[in-house]
Amino acid sequence: MNKPSNSNVSPTKNAQDIPEVMECVMAGLSYQNNEPISQVQTELLERLRREKLIRPALFVGTGTCGLGAGAGKTLKKISDYLESNTIDADIVEVGCIGLCSAEPIVDLQIPGKTRVSFSSVTQEKVEALLSAVFADDIPTDQVLGQHRQLGLEAWQDVPYLDEHPFFAPQTRWVLANCGIIDPASIDEYIARGGYKSLAMALQNITAPDLCDIVEKSGLRGRGGGGFLTGKKWRFASQTPGDQKYLICNADEGDPGAFMDRAVIEGDPHRLLEGMALAAYAIGASKAYVYIRAEYPLAIARLKTAIAQAQEYGLLGSNILSSGFNLKIIIKQGAGAFVCGEETALINSIEGKRGMPRPRPPFPAIEGLFGKPTIINNVETLANLPGIVVNGHQWFSNVGTENSKGTKVFALSGKVCRTGLIEVAMGTMIRQIIFDIGDGIPNGKEFKAVQMGGPSGGCIPAQHLDIKVDYESLKTVGAMMGSGGMVVMDENTCMVDLAKFFMDFIQRESCGKCIPCREGTRRMLEILQRITRARRNETGSEALERFQGVMYMNRLAEVIKDTSLCGLGQTAPNPVLSTLRWFRSEYEAHIYERRCPAGACKELLLYRIDEEKCKGCTLCAKKCPTDAIMGSARSPHYIIPDKCIGCGNCLEVCRFDAVIAE
Amino acid sequence: MSHSDEITAVLKEHPQARRDSLIPILQQIQDRTGFISPQAVQMVSDELSLPTSKIYGVATFYNQFRFQPLGKFHVQVCRGTACHVKGSAAVLDMLIRELNIKPDETTRDGLFSLEIVACIGACGLAPVISVNGEFHGGVTPDNIKKILDSYRAQAQKDQSQNDAQEDKAK
Repeated sequence: MNKPSNSNVSPTKNAQDIPEVMECVMAGLSYQNNEPISQVQTELLERLRREKLIRPALFVGTGTCGLGAGAGKTLKKISDYLESNTIDADIVEVGCIGLCSAEPIVDLQIPGKTRVSFSSVTQEKVEALLSAVFADDIPTDQVLGQHRQLGLEAWQDVPYLDEHPFFAPQTRWVLANCGIIDPASIDEYIARGGYKSLAMALQNITAPDLCDIVEKSGLRGRGGGGFLTGKKWRFASQTPGDQKYLICNADEGDPGAFMDRAVIEGDPHRLLEGMALAAYAIGASKAYVYIRAEYPLAIARLKTAIAQAQEYGLLGSNILSSGFNLKIIIKQGAGAFVCGEETALINSIEGKRGMPRPRPPFPAIEGLFGKPTIINNVETLANLPGIVVNGHQWFSNVGTENSKGTKVFALSGKVCRTGLIEVAMGTMIRQIIFDIGDGIPNGKEFKAVQMGGPSGGCIPAQHLDIKVDYESLKTVGAMMGSGGMVVMDENTCMVDLAKFFMDFIQRESCGKCIPCREGTRRMLEILQRITRARRNETGSEALERFQGVMYMNRLAEVIKDTSLCGLGQTAPNPVLSTLRWFRSEYEAHIYERRCPAGACKELLLYRIDEEKCKGCTLCAKKCPTDAIMGSARSPHYIIPDKCIGCGNCLEVCRFDAVIAE
Repeated sequence: MSHSDEITAVLKEHPQARRDSLIPILQQIQDRTGFISPQAVQMVSDELSLPTSKIYGVATFYNQFRFQPLGKFHVQVCRGTACHVKGSAAVLDMLIRELNIKPDETTRDGLFSLEIVACIGACGLAPVISVNGEFHGGVTPDNIKKILDSYRAQAQKDQSQNDAQEDKAK
């Protein structure tokens, strides 16, 4: 049996194999010129694309989400099964295909037949599943679908994966290889057309032309800003300087977003190729990847990928004999949200506190160590190989007037199918949530979707038909952001959500400028006061509460207008947007002192249903303020004046006798 | 290896270090020793010729750096948006109550330390906690105790194994 590390396309290849594969990279050009490639190469590519298999192959999704769902145990069980049944098969660890709620996902491919995906293969299901499949029987209840592979025999009565409602509405460009190929194998990436665009660009396209192509394609920064990437590059390429830098921003601190992690875990070479293209266009010979330290797996995969690319001569000095040099260095972030801001990120790489600098000068003119620097997001860079190979028109044909191409979103929250999705710009939000996401679980009512993280806003139910587009999202107070999309149902309190974001922002504010440092703190206090119970409030606190309510809007405007960086300027957005769409909820909290969604615990009143209470005394024991009275085996009651509304009694009651209203 | 030897070893890996190596050095020290000690700050300060105040300034700015040793099991609670919407506040409350420590503290027996992290990036499995890097998805206040107990049992097993080995050695 073969362990994943020495499968037929092992990451550590023999030195003599390299030229063979590298010739295929160069042959990428021959495809364009329609020159035939050799028989040896054809066979190699077929093997690497897994069109011709020698033995069965099992693919296990071992991204962070897969591992969280138990893919590690599944993997072990599979290798145990293969060993005990003496089946000769390859086990390949792949990245995340995107459907997190169906993890652990296991794919199986038998020679000559197409690859089939199975969902929720936890360790106890492994044996039954594998026995069935090796006996040519596909259990229909677990199957997600079969992959569409030309020249291979399809399974009867098994639906295609691209017809699955989760995948059908998607346009997967950046995520094309995620969950399909082995991220630890540069050969597989090359076999699927990888590094072809780099070879093309280095041989046939000049750096200014490359800026042109990217500008014409209409690619805009995917990190949130939405600035035209090609235009930004031009600033840096036209600035004279002996040394220029490219920084890839993978500091995905936005709570509720994990796009960059999945791309790096599932297809790290796409990012490296994109970085090489960007560095070539601006004339940078040194590039940094600033990545969160919380992503250990992504860092490990990236390190492997960089080592491989260097070994193949696709990074390093004199790449593909073009005279272009590039060194990529990984810098681990240290957990500061503000470092997602360009100038703060630069300070952090320089070893300083991650505080933003005033702009101008912009980093493209004077950035890292005072040199011209371009900072691009992971997704922006991962889009580049496609644009170079297929041309700018291919890219700009998809999307709306001002937003071209696709966008990756991390769909999470109260939605049936959570995961990573990629849709064409111009797709309706409704389609994302109700078709791809399959709606709200447990028959609950949709309330809003939060986009853009702490800098973004909410889209309420009446605006669900809005399209994914940089400009149109702004009209409803939301923003594209980096791509976090958190769905909320009727049980989510919008005031509580605004409080959550303000709490996050005021903790993450770097403290350099006063409006952000002090303003966000005051804003949080205002929200805390209106979600606090009256019984815990003194007279002066009540006055402060009223004053806060009156000044909230003005405070928000001041923070927005006077903060130094993007973090502060967008900090009041969660409050402003929830206030705009859910004003009545704020009013219920302020005037009636109640939480319509029942999420603000302190505003709830607790009582005990006498008929249901068995007198087990558990709640009385757990009550921190001795507010529950009663003797054993007879109904208890809560003294309202003593109750602080902690909700302990509700949690511990085994008879559902505690009622919160 | 003693505490100062570990730090010296890290500093040796960065010959002719300049200011931009400061954060990687601190990260490696924390990786090896579990926290940033006053001694570590002093030694880094001597090596980089930077005042200790600057080093403290950087170390306290970033959430990652700790100034107390970690517990045997390091519990990280994700407080990202998706986890919040799915009830991570209740999970955190339960952990605080169950472990009887506040975030960024370590239990007296040195078994558990608790930390709040902004987002682990496993939003599809919300709410998530991570114990020594092992992820637990779909956590509820009810199954927290079970998860903690499994680690307690593991610690006990390790302990008895150690004891047995020591006995053998005797």
